[in-house]
Amino acid sequence: MKVKCIECDCEFDAPKDVIKGEVLTCPDCGLELEVVNINSDPLEVKKAQVAGEDWGE
Amino acid sequence: MGLVFDQIRWEEKAILETAKNRGVTVNLIDAKDSTFPLIGDEAIYWDVILQRCASYFRNLHSTAILESRGYTVINNFQVSLVCGNKLFTTLALLKAGVPTPRTHVAFTSEAALKALDEVGYPAILKPVVGSWGRFIVPLKDRETAKAVFEEREYMYPLYQVYYIQEVVERPPRDLRVFVVGDEVAAAIYRYSFVDMKTNIAKGGKAEECRVTNEIRELGIKVARAVGGGILGVDMMETKEGLLVHEVNPTVEFQATVSATKVDIPEYIIGYLLVKARR
Repeated sequence: MKVKCIECDCEFDAPKDVIKGEVLTCPDCGLELEVVNINSDPLEVKKAQVAGEDWGE
Repeated sequence: MGLVFDQIRWEEKAILETAKNRGVTVNLIDAKDSTFPLIGDEAIYWDVILQRCASYFRNLHSTAILESRGYTVINNFQVSLVCGNKLFTTLALLKAGVPTPRTHVAFTSEAALKALDEVGYPAILKPVVGSWGRFIVPLKDRETAKAVFEEREYMYPLYQVYYIQEVVERPPRDLRVFVVGDEVAAAIYRYSFVDMKTNIAKGGKAEECRVTNEIRELGIKVARAVGGGILGVDMMETKEGLLVHEVNPTVEFQATVSATKVDIPEYIIGYLLVKARR
């Protein structure tokens, strides 16, 4: 399945076992993308939240 | 089992893979788009739920609800509450006789300056809730402290809990000890190249650390002190021995697996299966 980066339009392959909620990194611009729908082609993604004030380990 | 998450990172993917290999069915619960009814019939029942939300407040509050519905959640609410707050962690460590840096707490900037007179300069100001080293500030002198405190007065009230810790003389690294139940699964050294923060998320580097008896005993003592579960215990090496400065309730472990080759997801699934049978 393909993913199209929402920032730079780069198209890349998603892992075969990709799941909803998975965070993928655009190989071109480095943007982190969260998969929101795996039943579309290319996969529907949004910009992932990479950190919040209360995020961490 | 259930797995509550807000993002599927490397760690969650590794846990899912191990669960699949062990024949464990996992239902994913995306905390961002799920609703959590406080009463009512369950559409599905989980034997055990693994809590993996990166957002601490989402993590803590969803755990509270799931536990109130009768589920076994790992880590449980009490552990998450204690470990998610540095002050509560310190109190639990002190109660259990675990060596930890000297710490003072104050609730106004004026009192915090007085606390600094007790701790001495330089000191470290840490937010009681937060991770990845955010808002941790070294206070070199009184002028720096006053400037930092002035800013804090305009921030959310949680940042006006002034948690002030002595600067501990240590090598430019700390230890991350991965405890699962009553076992120390692995340990790594985390090196800092940028500043005092050794967090891998801040660019720290991981290297395998041999688990000595001292590390094992202290790791287990800490886990028991905070209520057990799956924990990342952070330790510092000092001339007097190891000091524990933090306990993480939702641990990232990609760097640990990479540095040690220890199968952390296997430990996690094994632990969950034991909890699920009870």
